[in-house]
Amino acid sequence: MKAVPSDSSAAKKRGMRHPIAAWLGPKPLLQLGIVIGVVALVAVLGSNIATTMARIGVTPGFGFLERAANFEVGDNMIGFRAGDSYARAIVAGLLNTAKIAVLGCCLATVLGVALGIMRLSGNLMLSGLVRWYVEIVRNTPLLLQLFFWTALAHALPPPRSAITAFDVVFLSNRGVYVPGVVISNLSVGTALASTIVFGCWLWLVWRGWRVKRVGLLAPLPASFLSIVVLGIVLAAGRASISIELPAISGFNIGGGFSLTPEFAALLVGLTVKFSAIIAEIVRAGLLSVRREQWDAALALGLHRGKVIRLVVLPQALRVITPLTTSSYLDLVKDSSLAVAIGYPDLMNIVNTTANTTGQAFESLLIVVLLYLALNLTVSAFMNLYNSRVALRGERAA
Amino acid sequence: MTTNRDRKMRPKPDDRLITRLRTGLFGTWLNSAITVVLGLLLLWFLPPLLRWLVFDATWHGTLLDCQAHDGACWASVAAKLRFIIFAFYPIELQWRPLLVCLLLGGVLAITAVPQFWRRELVISWPIVILLCWLLMAGLPGSARVSTNQWGGLPVTLLVWTLCFAVSIPLAVLLSLARRSRMRALRLMTIAYIEFMRAIPMVAMLYFATLILPMALPAGLSIDKMPRAIIMISLFWTAYIAEVMRGGLQAVPLGQEEAASSLGFGYWRAMRLIILPQALRMVIPGLVTQAIGFLLATSLLAVIGIVDILNAAKAAAADPNWLGFYKEAFFIVAVLYFVIGYGGSRYSHWLERRLALPR
Repeated sequence: MKAVPSDSSAAKKRGMRHPIAAWLGPKPLLQLGIVIGVVALVAVLGSNIATTMARIGVTPGFGFLERAANFEVGDNMIGFRAGDSYARAIVAGLLNTAKIAVLGCCLATVLGVALGIMRLSGNLMLSGLVRWYVEIVRNTPLLLQLFFWTALAHALPPPRSAITAFDVVFLSNRGVYVPGVVISNLSVGTALASTIVFGCWLWLVWRGWRVKRVGLLAPLPASFLSIVVLGIVLAAGRASISIELPAISGFNIGGGFSLTPEFAALLVGLTVKFSAIIAEIVRAGLLSVRREQWDAALALGLHRGKVIRLVVLPQALRVITPLTTSSYLDLVKDSSLAVAIGYPDLMNIVNTTANTTGQAFESLLIVVLLYLALNLTVSAFMNLYNSRVALRGERAA
Repeated sequence: MTTNRDRKMRPKPDDRLITRLRTGLFGTWLNSAITVVLGLLLLWFLPPLLRWLVFDATWHGTLLDCQAHDGACWASVAAKLRFIIFAFYPIELQWRPLLVCLLLGGVLAITAVPQFWRRELVISWPIVILLCWLLMAGLPGSARVSTNQWGGLPVTLLVWTLCFAVSIPLAVLLSLARRSRMRALRLMTIAYIEFMRAIPMVAMLYFATLILPMALPAGLSIDKMPRAIIMISLFWTAYIAEVMRGGLQAVPLGQEEAASSLGFGYWRAMRLIILPQALRMVIPGLVTQAIGFLLATSLLAVIGIVDILNAAKAAAADPNWLGFYKEAFFIVAVLYFVIGYGGSRYSHWLERRLALPR
């Protein structure tokens, strides 16, 4: 409780106040007035929207979601085709946004952590180069960078003369091709069983590292065992897993896992931009651990790897995790720049939906709610992680 | 603390540049290896870049001269620079956007100097922005130019400064409301701020183009640019309010108690005691935020407003100079970088300067 001088007289009055007024706090009438004002404003805007919709002949409501959407979604994971419902189109867009967000967060984290450590390297050339990479990437607009990557993706050679690394990865103006994992003959039971095996493995590794604090390579035997069990499960279910390499066939490249030029550009753009941001966060986190902690740990006879893993990283992560959470949220939101380079993400498809159906208000309502949900999901996961790395005292709060 | 004895025992650091470079580049075997690998990488990467940028570039001439060389076509930039900066603004009235850029640039430069931070400066900002708006639109009695014809650098600068200027007072009110003991007010503020911070700016721009015209009373219509400005201001307000809240939280509680024990009312205490201390702390953070916002103004391109990035894109679509996107984007990137990098250095300098002596 705050000790405000007038508190004793206020408390006496509060004892006799209505519970709602007590809940509201000081000046209940003013607050009521403000609430009524906001509600009235929303009502006026809402009735204006309803009037306009009636004038242009659009029926309010979400019935349009059932109607057939007559546009193609260039790149989607659920096999959407023109003629399917708008609802399905929006799901396709949502999945695309989720795909770019998950891949972008993972790649940006890996690259960002590496860059952040390199930035602190004793080698002047390395730290200097990373510094300028970070400065240039952070101080130019993401949209400009996306234009650059899109132009680059389209300026790649045609498939027949694609740039290739060891005939495994192909870069061409039709897209980027990487080896893909093909799972065939997968029944629901087999899938469930392998998920359980995978879950057990994750749990074992997590318990080893975080609870028992064993060495970095200690879960290796358990991992081998898990792979063997997974193999047996898949063999028993008669499923087969193979790695398919992309190959040039005729005027195109077939097989493997392909990324459209737009997807590749968006992924590279988001990864580069956010790796620079995460590199700065990692650098700040590592610098926040005092030099004496290193010295003390080394004096105790720990070797460098253990010093980093047991002493420095746990302290640095307390600074790094909350900041990284907010850059993940920014990445999810910034993936909506896909509209500017023509990748069919959630925002792009909802915009098309709004323009073709005229149901702009409902469409934007859906997109806003979905972004809220995406954001809440990311923050929930990251808060869970943060409560693990935070100080014990902080965790209770 | 280092005692005198400590200092004597410690070997004197040899901080000549040549020594620093030698230990920094070739101190250990690993270091030398990294340096050599990076050096080779630079040798592979830099010469083609420099050839494109400088040696093989075409500095003046026509499209044919450019096509004869492999390097950058700076001649196209020279020919299109006027368009990149002013876009579709009528050529005969171009002194207006030029004056607007100079005016805003001048006031920004003055604002950057802490010696000039006084009441007059705060009052002059809205006046200057209003004047700039009137200049762009046409002062009463002179030729009117619709906002749809505005473009290039003045649009970027005007949207940036105007939205920021509108957001700051709103953000102060929001941040105060978020810390208020009035619960209904606080909950509404939290809902607003968290909502705005969870949605992408592109969504706000679509609200400006698609929903705002529907929400206006029949018969009233506003151009796209002012609509975008309204929505962006509302959007940025939430972000600035969070920065402000950080500053308010850093003011010791005793300050508020001391003020109220001296008989200060809420508003007087806030205006004279709490806010000045909070603002002093958040200014470097606001500068960083402002740079982020400047970069974000490029999103105006998504709804077809011709900011400087969009103008560069449009310039490269000119049939006389078709396809020189790289050059146009490069120039714009350099412009953003100079402002952004300068701004972040300035923010660091300001942080040190404003830090209270401890």
